[in-house]
Formats: sequence, structure tokens, C-alpha cells
Amino acid sequence: MKLLTHNLLSSHVPGLRPGGGFPLRIELGHPSELPPEPVPDYEGDEEFLRRVHHVLLEVEVLEGSLQCPDSGRRFPISKGVPNMLLTEEEA
Amino acid sequence: MKKLKLKELESCLQQVDTFESPKLLLEQYPTRPHIAACMLYTIHNTFDDIENKTIADLGCGCGMLSIGSAMLGAGFCVGLDIDADALEIFNSNIEDFELTNVNMVQCDICSLPDSMSDTFDTVIMNPPFGTKHNKGIDMIFLKTALQMAKTAVYSLHKTSTRQHIQKKAAEWEVKMEVLAELRFDLPASYKFHKKKSVSIKPNITEKILR
Repeated sequence: MKLLTHNLLSSHVPGLRPGGGFPLRIELGHPSELPPEPVPDYEGDEEFLRRVHHVLLEVEVLEGSLQCPDSGRRFPISKGVPNMLLTEEEA
Repeated sequence: MKKLKLKELESCLQQVDTFESPKLLLEQYPTRPHIAACMLYTIHNTFDDIENKTIADLGCGCGMLSIGSAMLGAGFCVGLDIDADALEIFNSNIEDFELTNVNMVQCDICSLPDSMSDTFDTVIMNPPFGTKHNKGIDMIFLKTALQMAKTAVYSLHKTSTRQHIQKKAAEWEVKMEVLAELRFDLPASYKFHKKKSVSIKPNITEKILR
């Protein structure tokens, strides 16, 4: 799962406030380095843009989970595929 | 990017691995390489809705349409399907084809959150037709696809549903055009098929959002 794909996903556990399901928190098996806050004038900063491009499109999360910000419900990621299915009880 | 000919695309797609034990209730069958190639080729050459575009494949199964799109230069493809087994085959296909711009998500198209609206340039799909206790699912897929797509949705449907789709398209205020009518050759992939091949006549429908 690339970060670009992660950006599309949100939690739809019932009973959330509007927008409460986004963004999902990425939890990895091990710590990883992601860029810090964007620098001012980042559009012109080639180095920064290259790093963002790398993180958005070249890094793949293979194993881990996505946590719903409001409910805490975890959606597992296995072999690079996030599983967004709700259980029968939740739906 | 080297311009891929239709025949080359079709022969590449013939290498795509498909369902090992197709699940009847999910209406699983692979989109035939010939149909997939023709459909994608048209979308790319006539409408320019593949190259460098973000593409969603709803009900992607083993990924025939996503892989074809990636081969025609799609910017980024995401396949969505409910079945983990199909996605596993899709994953291994992506490795075999060494594609780096294809991702997939396991989810239920019938209950996607609204946050996925207007997230892709193009949606390309071969949705379930609604023949197995899931009547109306083709329209749910279509409606969802129209919400997700910014530019166009390309989808395969049964000819018998054409009028119904036209009516719904008018209701949803989208422009719909039938691009082709095909004979679908479904070799007996389910055990109870008595005839050697069953012909349904789906048609490729294009919808352009205003």
C-alpha cells in the first residue's frame, strides 16, 4: 500500500462524527522515518519534492495496520493490501 | 513510452493468472483478454483516459483491467475487491508483470464511504451483473463509480439492462454512450454449466460526467 493509496482511505465504522474516520493512522511493525513538517516554499524545493515523491509513490507498507482516529478500530494491512471490510456486527 | 499495439496488449493479458476456484456468489470470472484489450485500447486511443491518469478498477478480481491499464501508461491504478483470494492472485500478477504503479484495497464497493468521491480521473470496470441473489449490484457499482470518477466511467453491462441504465443516467444527470456490443464467451467455469459456452451480450458503456 503506497501512501497515495492510504490518502484515499477512511474508516466507515458506524457512528463516527463527519470526518472522524480520516486520516487513518499508519502503524508499522517497526519505526520508520518520514519527512518532518513541510518547509516554507516547498514547491520550489527540489530536494523536498523528491523526498515527498519517494514517500508518496515509492514506499510501500507491506504489513501493519491503519487506525481509525475516532473509534480506534484497526484495519489490518497484509502483503501490501489494506482490508477495509467491516465485520457483520459492525456493518 | 513505446506504443503498444492491440495484439501485443492482448497477448500480454493472456499471461494474467486468473481465479483458481471462482466463487459463484461473487460472480467471479476473468474478463477475457480479448475483451479487456479491445476495451482498454479504445479508452486509451479514442478517449485518452488512461495514460498518466489515476484509475480505479471496481471489482478488480485478478486485475485484468488494472494490469492492462498499467501497460498502457496509466499514472496510478487502484484495484478494489471484496475477496482476499482474488487479491492474492492479483498481487502475484503484479509481481510477475513487475508493475510499480498498481495498488489494491480489500473493501465492499456497496458500502464505500463518501470520502472516496472525485478521487480518480477514470474508473474502468467489469462489475458483477446481479445474477446471483445480488440483484441491482451492477447499478450500485455504477453509481459508486460515477461518484469516484472525475472524468469518465467505462463499464461492461448486459444488453438487457441498457434501457434501465439509460434511464438512470438521465436521472443522475450523466451522459451515457454505448461504445460497443460484444458477445461474451464464458467457457464453463462453474461446474453446473451444461453448455460448452454461454453467450451473454454485454455492451461497453461510457459515461461522461458533466
